[in-house]
Amino acid sequence: MSSRLSLRGFLALSALRTVNSLSRGTGRGSGTVAGGRVGLAIYPKLLNDLSKNRQVILVSGTNGKTTTTALCVAGWGDKVCSNATGANMPAGHVAALSGSSSPHVVLETDEAWLPVALEATNPRVVVLLNLSRDQLDRATEVRSIAERWRSALSKTAHDLVVVANANDPLVVYASESAKNIRWCNIETPWTSDAVSCPKCTQSIVRTSGSWSCVCGFTKPGCVASVSGSEVRIDNETVQTSLSIPGQFNVGNAAMAATALDVLNVDPSKSLTSMKSVTAIAGRFAVRTWQGRKIHMLLAKNPAGFDALLQSLSPGTDDVWIAINARIADGKDPSWLYDVSFEQLRGRKVWCLGERRLDLSTRLDYANVTYEVVNDLNSLPKTSDTTELLANYTAFSDWMQRTTA
Amino acid sequence: MKIALIYPELLGTYGDYGNALALSQRSTRRGIDVDVMNVSITDELPDADLYLLGGGEDGPQRLAADLLKKSSLKQRVANGAHVFAVCAGLQILGTSFCVEGNDAYEGLSLVDVETTRGSVRSVGELLSQVGENKMVGFENHGGVTTLSPGIEPLGTVLHGRGNNGHFDGFVTETIWATYAHGPVLAMNPWLCDEVIAKVTGNNLTPLKTAADQLYAERVTSLSSR
Ligand SMILES: [Zn+2]
Repeated sequence: MSSRLSLRGFLALSALRTVNSLSRGTGRGSGTVAGGRVGLAIYPKLLNDLSKNRQVILVSGTNGKTTTTALCVAGWGDKVCSNATGANMPAGHVAALSGSSSPHVVLETDEAWLPVALEATNPRVVVLLNLSRDQLDRATEVRSIAERWRSALSKTAHDLVVVANANDPLVVYASESAKNIRWCNIETPWTSDAVSCPKCTQSIVRTSGSWSCVCGFTKPGCVASVSGSEVRIDNETVQTSLSIPGQFNVGNAAMAATALDVLNVDPSKSLTSMKSVTAIAGRFAVRTWQGRKIHMLLAKNPAGFDALLQSLSPGTDDVWIAINARIADGKDPSWLYDVSFEQLRGRKVWCLGERRLDLSTRLDYANVTYEVVNDLNSLPKTSDTTELLANYTAFSDWMQRTTA
Repeated sequence: MKIALIYPELLGTYGDYGNALALSQRSTRRGIDVDVMNVSITDELPDADLYLLGGGEDGPQRLAADLLKKSSLKQRVANGAHVFAVCAGLQILGTSFCVEGNDAYEGLSLVDVETTRGSVRSVGELLSQVGENKMVGFENHGGVTTLSPGIEPLGTVLHGRGNNGHFDGFVTETIWATYAHGPVLAMNPWLCDEVIAKVTGNNLTPLKTAADQLYAERVTSLSSR
């Protein structure tokens, strides 16, 4: 790897490794991101140097980027360098790249940092999944993110291939400035953030399977599409059998396979390999807590919650929902009113987490039966697997509480 | 009671559906008939007793203001219709507001208030004293709103920023406006009931809902900060 690095880069990398071993020794987190920060402080071009002569895929979007990154890694096979811990900003990218010399790299990238990562890593493929409201109190207005992506992608080279979701008008707006785009027809039920056209603010009109605006902005033609569990890329159709649930994950797999297809990995091969992805940092895992089996489902924002609610198997089973509003969650839980909890009517919801009263109020107004859980010992015991939906820090709390 | 939710595709950023939901649930549970109409930007403004205006980002806010200027809203308010507005909706009701920089954009001039761009964004929880009650909510906006003499603020800020750090929103005979976005009526059952009582002219029977507990918890938590 040293052949890729300048002297400054080499010194930065040595400092990074020192910090890594120090912070591991003192037990302060994994240390790798701290090391990445130090490395970048010493040598800002470290990310550029570490990316040289490698094939890089960047994955970004509001929802599904951790999962899609894992699907890309599994689909590529061999040894792939990736920021599997979800540290998706430059320091995390440096940490991942300095920890592996594999020529194949997949980096999950925070939406706000995509322009920086594009410039620094010179990727072969960028996968753009979706854009929706997330963590409102950080004032990341989704439209301004789309604007920044558009501007960054307009400056990229011809050989960069953008794999983008054609059903999300904000993603299409952001992507269309790139020179080489492979549009994917992925089911995207969440439309509340792109009801007005990103180009002219008039209404986006949706017809079955398409969308358009009076200004001429419309859904582009696609090279890849999903139908049930079937994925079609160009003229090849592959039957998928993923181990992770939800129609949205078939869409994520289709986009991952479309990206890998650019790098000459055959879709039938990559999609088959993706079956090995069973749980990503606990997401979708079935874990154990006090003799109960718990299906761990993470959703960080309204679009994610809606997708998960739709993926619940039909029936009247109880559902546990845990909501926090710490900094990492966004401190404003108003988004609960943007989730269609009405679809839980007929079930009983056990309200957990620090903002369980915000949740119970929302459910009461939705006429959904609920119980506020002030004492975890009052949770019912059942032999069935319980579905637990949780937002970010509430999910972490339950990861710690439960065992594999 | 006929409720019109104005342009939810433009003004619906922060859980603003919560206000329509709380109004309709708290009325229905008392046997008051409610009809909630979603008004799309291509629709004529329908006849309604109460018009709801939500929050929105800059571009959509400007378009909503343009459409409302051309609409019958001002006439309908003059004829006695009520308005409940939050955040960007509050700004639109005034004489001018700022979007995309510091250029003033013309509002509806329904109320003589003016919004300029503040030096910082106001983000976080809001607690204000509204008459004898406390109001809790969340704000997220970059505006500073100045009320002309004679215009009453809705509340006095106890925590957070509101219009300017001292007062939040404004209130007239038929209009309520606050910087607390989205589900402010869901979180403040007494305020929601006050709006329903005023709009329908009914004396409301007490109603117990899950919101009572949330409201009590937020008031306690914010009062101690
Ligand atoms: Zn348009």
